[in-house]
Amino acid sequence: MTIPAGSLLALDNVYGGYGGVDILRGVTMTVQPGEIVVIIGPNGAGKSTSMKAAFGLVNVREGRVAFEGRDITNWRADRLVKLGMGFVPQEHNVFPSLTVQENLEMGAYLNPKGMRARMDKIFGIFPRLAERRRQAAGLMSGGERQMVAMGRALMAEPRMLLLDEPTAGLSPLFIEQTFERVVEINKLGIGILMVEQNAKQALAIAHRGYVLAMGENRFEDTGPNLLANREVAELFLGG
Amino acid sequence: MYLADFLQLLVYGVISGSILALGAIGVSLIFGILRFAHFAHGDLMTVGAFCALAAVTGLGLPVIAAIPFAILGAVVVAVGIDQTIYRRLRRTAPVILLISSFGMAMALRAVIQIIWGTQDRVYQSGIQLPYRIGDIVLQPAHVWILAGTALLVAAVHLFLQKTSLGKAMRAMSDNMDLARVTGINAERVIIWTWVMGAGLAAVAGVFLAMDTRLHPTMGWHMMLPIFAAAILGGIGKPYGAILGGLIIGVAQELSTLWLSPAYKPAVAFAIMVFMLIVRPQGLLGGRR
Ligand SMILES: Nc1ncnc2c1ncn2[C@@H]1O[C@H](COP(=O)(O)OP(=O)(O)O)[C@@H](O)[C@H]1O
Ligand SMILES: [Mg+2]
Repeated sequence: MTIPAGSLLALDNVYGGYGGVDILRGVTMTVQPGEIVVIIGPNGAGKSTSMKAAFGLVNVREGRVAFEGRDITNWRADRLVKLGMGFVPQEHNVFPSLTVQENLEMGAYLNPKGMRARMDKIFGIFPRLAERRRQAAGLMSGGERQMVAMGRALMAEPRMLLLDEPTAGLSPLFIEQTFERVVEINKLGIGILMVEQNAKQALAIAHRGYVLAMGENRFEDTGPNLLANREVAELFLGG
Repeated sequence: MYLADFLQLLVYGVISGSILALGAIGVSLIFGILRFAHFAHGDLMTVGAFCALAAVTGLGLPVIAAIPFAILGAVVVAVGIDQTIYRRLRRTAPVILLISSFGMAMALRAVIQIIWGTQDRVYQSGIQLPYRIGDIVLQPAHVWILAGTALLVAAVHLFLQKTSLGKAMRAMSDNMDLARVTGINAERVIIWTWVMGAGLAAVAGVFLAMDTRLHPTMGWHMMLPIFAAAILGGIGKPYGAILGGLIIGVAQELSTLWLSPAYKPAVAFAIMVFMLIVRPQGLLGGRR
């Protein structure tokens, strides 16, 4: 596979893992500017590990990660934030003892200028957060915590956002709303790479998708084509 | 037992509790972020106390004016140890950091003994006229200790709540990985945590020496009640450490109504063990 020029984010034949055997065995994926790209696949496929590899949290033993054409393989996470990347991990993605507002402030830690205006913008996307700005994030519901986590990542004004299962554990209503927010964030010109278990709904809003299994690429196509693919449907979309 | 005796002991308890609190805040902050019990913290207090002594004897300063020298000395030592030794061990098991801090505690004590000897010293000899409030007696040093602690606790509170560095410290203590992903430069925040912890320890050391006297083992002997205070309040919670310090200080003093003062450390130890069994997350601990 070759990496198209002008990619926002590119993983090129990435091998790596947590010290022992490689979890990722030649993962390749790209996000073009303005795209929503969804990664689906069974549990333990290496979806979270791929995101961590892109964000300098898992050692990339072989292969390359690039952001806007610049090689960022194994860069430290805080440097990637400075460069314009944001990451919302799957779990433990808020600071529980900090208030909602303080969580958002931390997102702007590297670049506090104009923080108020940015925070107001985020309160515009997630009005619920404005109501609960003084509440400790750890005391909020799962759906609200997910909003805090996304808001925190957006405070750094990233051009690329990595979301690891943003709808995990949410009620159907919140799942719906979360996907709407993701589309809204994407419309601001932010490229999105998202891992999702609610694969059908996620592919419905995606420009493209990848199916990952056992640390390798299995399928790659546009959202609608993946949804229409019989084999993908049988194996990964629950029939 | 007379009410006056009780009140006098209560005041002494708050005074020694203040000193414990200043030490325990640092232990708690460092544990929150680096996940190990810093055994050399008491010896940082001693370093601070002796650096102040150097300024008192060398420059002829009154002891209060020598406090900045105490802070400077302890901060340089703490950041130096962190950058040369602890930093290399950050990715290992926390118990390795704990044991190396135990080693650093002994090393610091030995250096202090080599420089200043092992005899007791004081900042200022001669008797100072005490203040009397009703039946309660207060030494001038005690007034400094109480006022200084109140000031520092307020400053720590404002720092943690209002400044972005203070909030980043709380964020790191919540979740170090998320802090990195958020863009917080963890190493820089760690250094500032040492600056703050060591600075407070230095002041605690000077206060302890003002209340008693200087000796190379003075800080080491405070480690047990300081750990007890940090655990009582909820380890990793600076506000808990303040509360824990005051409770341990008061409990130790009041215990002398019934027990020999020689049992003070046993009182701290008993409270610590009791808390670890009954409520290991501490008084102000959440779920941890
Ligand atoms: N921190 C870790 N240390 C060691 N192994 C891990 C760690 N996290 C995940 N793994 C392993 O890596 C594999 C892929 O995990 P992950 O990327 O989380 O899968 P998923 O596709 O469900 O997100 C699994 O076999 C998992 O057990
Ligand atoms: Mg996962």
